[in-house]
Formats: sequence, structure tokens, C-alpha cells
Amino acid sequence: MSPPLLQIEELHVWFDLEDGGELHAVQGVNLSLEPGERLGLVGESGCGKTTTALAIMGLLPPNASVSGRVLIEGDDILAGGEEAMRPHRWVDIAIVFQGAMNALNPVRTVGHQIVEALELHDRARGAAARARTAELFEAVGIPAARAGRYPHELSGGMRQRAAIAMALACNPKVLIADEPTTALDVMVQAQILELLDGLCRDFGLALVLVTHDLPVVAQLCNRCAVMYAGEIVERGPLETIYHSPGHPYSRMLFAASPDLAGLDEPVVSIAGAPPRLDRAIEGCPFAPRCDSVFDACTIRPRLEQVAADHDAACHLNSRVPVV
Amino acid sequence: MSAEPTLLEVENLVVRYPIHRGLVGSATRRPRRSVHAVEGVSLSVRRGEMLALVGESGCGKTTTAQAVLRLVDPVSGSIRFDGRDLVPLGPRELRPLRRRIQVVYQDPYESLDPRFRVRAAVEEPLLIHRLGGSKSERAARVRAALVRVELSPPELYLDRYPHELSGGQRQRVAIAAALVLEPDVLVADEPVSMLDVSVRAGVLNVLDGLREQGLAILMITHDLSTAARFAQRIAVMYLGRIVEEGPAAAVVRNPQHPYTKALLSVVPRRDPRDRQRPQILKGETPDAVFIPTGCRFHPRCPVAIERCAREDPALVRPASAEQGHRAACLLLPERAAAAEG
Repeated sequence: MSPPLLQIEELHVWFDLEDGGELHAVQGVNLSLEPGERLGLVGESGCGKTTTALAIMGLLPPNASVSGRVLIEGDDILAGGEEAMRPHRWVDIAIVFQGAMNALNPVRTVGHQIVEALELHDRARGAAARARTAELFEAVGIPAARAGRYPHELSGGMRQRAAIAMALACNPKVLIADEPTTALDVMVQAQILELLDGLCRDFGLALVLVTHDLPVVAQLCNRCAVMYAGEIVERGPLETIYHSPGHPYSRMLFAASPDLAGLDEPVVSIAGAPPRLDRAIEGCPFAPRCDSVFDACTIRPRLEQVAADHDAACHLNSRVPVV
Repeated sequence: MSAEPTLLEVENLVVRYPIHRGLVGSATRRPRRSVHAVEGVSLSVRRGEMLALVGESGCGKTTTAQAVLRLVDPVSGSIRFDGRDLVPLGPRELRPLRRRIQVVYQDPYESLDPRFRVRAAVEEPLLIHRLGGSKSERAARVRAALVRVELSPPELYLDRYPHELSGGQRQRVAIAAALVLEPDVLVADEPVSMLDVSVRAGVLNVLDGLREQGLAILMITHDLSTAARFAQRIAVMYLGRIVEEGPAAAVVRNPQHPYTKALLSVVPRRDPRDRQRPQILKGETPDAVFIPTGCRFHPRCPVAIERCAREDPALVRPASAEQGHRAACLLLPERAAAAEG
């Protein structure tokens, strides 16, 4: 069997804090992605989902330290530092950020920025690079006439399309999209989701969609990994997680988003806040907010299989029913 | 229908923002243009009711709210609050009325002063309006307001600074600062869109509870699922106009206007099995400087006919809609006037 397209093993990320402390942002994440797969990486702000994405890209700030392995087709891209990462970043794996305005250079036209990216990666030069840029713009639905525009002359949706075109410049196999639609209107969000859907289908792109918005994941992904306090607490096919969640957090997260199908259902928020990650966590990190706590929750649960292709980190799954 | 009296009634509201031509523009006699932000909006909110004004960026929903708050001057139209038109009133006459129409903004990180403790932030409106009597009476009102937004016991929060609170708690403090004046109308402009999904419901449930106690709420939102779940009535705006309006359940389950239908079809659903073929509109909302002729939605409308480019449809009750449900589309057969009850 060939190795998975992307595999993450025991990924840990620590940030050095100014006061001398340490924040354990990612606490042992394991994930794998097959070609053409669409994975939703879901959780609240501060759960470590963006940090995980940045660690995969090797784009963490200098105060971060990382351990674990990130393998692309079996090749560890984390072990060799920046040298080992460079041939893979943007080439095998690319990322699109939330605010496209920040990813684009405001003093260069969007077309120029993609030509530049192609030349930097020795993909094409001159006329060939411009032709490839036109091709990319067509693929993401930007009219050719807009290639000469500056980012501020484009709408939010068009800017996000330009950022996606730039990420696709070197034909990556994996695209990480970090909250790609959060700042956009619903109709524009639908346009971008349709675009990502088409790109996955037409180019066999594997997608990691990082978001706090479960319904958006339900729209686009087939698999889901739910993160809480730096670790994955549940993963599996999205339908399984929605219809038979293995972790109370996943169930409560679904119940917290209103849905057009359930107008009379109560919408319940999750009381409290996630634990601080600059101190050690005792027991289950979700226990203080959980509606199903019992005595076993003082021990930190591990991610375990609850059914075929469905894992969760909750003691309820191994609880012996009281007869 | 609801027995509660109408508290806020906006009629034919028009708000335009002039575009400055600049020195060159006026020297070369460039035509004067303006952004037609709101073009003839009528709406009403009763006591104990939440009206959700739904639409995309630039549709004029926030401008409508700002006109209701009298923060922008309308070109024409009336804003009747408790039987009195606010439009012709000057700042001095408006002041006592402002206490009764309060606002909560989208971003509690920006609406709260970072140097104010919760106690001071919630007390401030009382000092501005010279209300609340003695210091101890004011302190009691501040506590009561915090309890009403479910920040209790208030002692736990009074001495904290905004940065010591979570996003959801911060937004509750902002609501408390509006409530301390005991308003009759609350304008909530995207009150949860900056918050984490896990805490949004808490803030919305607080607003729902206040509504049940008799507050009239005008909520501005782009999120139809939130509007459908928490509002009694929904008004859908497109390019400065209300294109559909009615009881929340009717608008969501039996949408009449093609724009509402498209908006509903793109709302992401929780259950992957509910995934449906979204009806994605091409392009983006046109510039509010150059409003299309006829029906302003016709250039993007999937069912537009030739007539739509010429005639501007009025908001009427279509044949297949229940009472109080109206839409502005030429293709909808209007219910015969005689049947209107």
C-alpha cells in the first residue's frame, strides 16, 4: 500500500510566551489525508486548528517549537527544517488564508503577483508565465480583464479567488483553506465553496478546510476532525459525526448552530470557555463544559476507535452500561 | 395578529450619501452622484417582537438602522416612534427619545472602552443621560442590567476589564450598557457575527428573553438561519429596497421572491444529508450609485423576463402567501384586493 498523500503524526506545537511561560497549542495531532479527500478541521478560536495548518506549511512564527512528523507521500518535510520544506511548500501543499487582503501585495497587480510566484518557483517565465496566469484566473473564475487590477480594486470574493489562484500556481496536491469564507457574504461564500468543490473534483485536489463553522464543512467535506484544546477529540465521516457523535463536544457544537431545518429546536450555547493552554490540563479538557460528565472524566481520555473509521476521545464510549 | 401596538414605524425611508466630486470633478462639471443606500423602505416593529432585516453587504440594512437611530439624516420618509415622527426633530428634542432607542454593535472588542471596567462601562450611559439618581441607585441599576444579560452574580464581573472577558461576555456587557437606560427599542447590528459559534446562541437567547419581556428588537443580520430561528418577522433587503417581508416561518418555508429563494438555497445546512443544490447567483450586488432600471434585481434574477427591465414592482401580497407576507416581484400574481382581509 502506498503511503497516504498527507500524514501528520504526533504533532506538537509550543509557543514561548513573553513572560517566560509556554503555551502548548497543539497537543499530539494525528491525521491523514488521501488524494481527493476533503477534510474539515473544526473547532473554536484558539483550539489549535490554524496552528496545525501553519505547522504543516512550516509557516509558524519564530517563537514556536514543533515536534512530530508531517509526511507528504511518505517524505518527512518537517525533519529537515526550512531546506527540506522549501521544495514542498506551494508545490505539493498550499494554503489560502481568511483575509485575502493580507495575503496579496497591495502595490502589485494580482496578475503580476502570480507571474512572480511562477518565476520564483521556476515554473514558467515571461509570456509562458502570463499564459499560465490567465489559465489560473480562468480556473478560479476571474475575468481575464481583471488580471491587471490591484487587490483594492477587487471585491472580497474576487480577492479570495485571486488568493486561491495564487495558491494553485504550482499545481499542489493538497490545499489548506483557513476560514476561506468567514469574511464573505452568504452568496459570495456559496460561490467560493462551489469553486473549491469544482477544483477538488476537476484537479483531484485534496482539501483541508479549517473553520469554526460546521454547516460550511457539511456543505463541502466528507470527513471531519473536531479539535478542542489543542487535540483532536473526534474524527470520522461527517455524516457519522452528525448523526451519531462520539464526543459530547461535537454534538453540542452542532446544537449551537441554528439550522433552517430545525426552526423550533432550541439552540443552545456551550457554557464556559476552553481551558488555558499555558498550563497543564488535568483530566478531560472538555469536562468543565460538558453536559455528560461522570467520574471517569478526571482522567484525560485518549482518541480511540468507537466504530470502523470513527475515533473519539471520550470515556462515555467505553463506559460499561449499568444493568 | 399580535395585540401589541406598533412601536416603531418607518415609512418610505430614503437615505443617500453624496459622492464628493473633488476639485477636479467640480471644475470639469462632473455630474453630482450619490450612493442610493436606502430607497423607500417601510417597516414596523411591535413591542415584544424581533424583526430581522436580512441582506448582503451594501444592501442598506445598516443604513436603515442608523437612520432609525437618527445617526444619519434621511432624504425623505418618516420614522415614527411611539406615535411621534423623529425625522424633523432637532438634537435637543431627540435627546430624551434617544434613551428609549438603544443600539448594540457587531464588535464588542471595539464598542467597549478597554480602560473602563464593566461597572463603569454599564454606568456611563446613566451619567450621560443624567439618570439613575444617587450613586447607590445607579449601582443597583448596573447590577440589575448585568443580571438581565445573565452575567450573574454581577459581583463576578463588575471589576473586570473587557480584555478579561470572553467575546460572548463582552457582547453581554454591551447589551447591558444599552439596557441600563431601559429602552423600548433595541437595534442589534450583527450582534453575534464576531463571536464563536459555541457562544452565539447564548447571546441570542438573552436577546430573545428581553424580547419576551416586551422589548422591540430590530436585528440586522446576514444570517438567515439565525433570523429564522430567533425573529418573529423577516424583511429581506436588496439594493436599498425590501424585496420580501413576512412572518419568519412563512418567509423561510414559503419564500416568494427569487432573491429570497436564492439566499435560502445557499444557507449551509448542519446535516450533510440536507445538502442541496444551491442556486448561486452570478456576480455581485451592483453598485448602489447606478441602480438598474425596472426591478433592481433583474440583472441577476434567474427568472427575469423582458418586462422586469422596465417596471419597478411594488411590495404586494402574492396569491399563494399568507397574511402579512409580501414580496416585490412582477412574476407573482397578486392576491385579488377583495380577498385581502
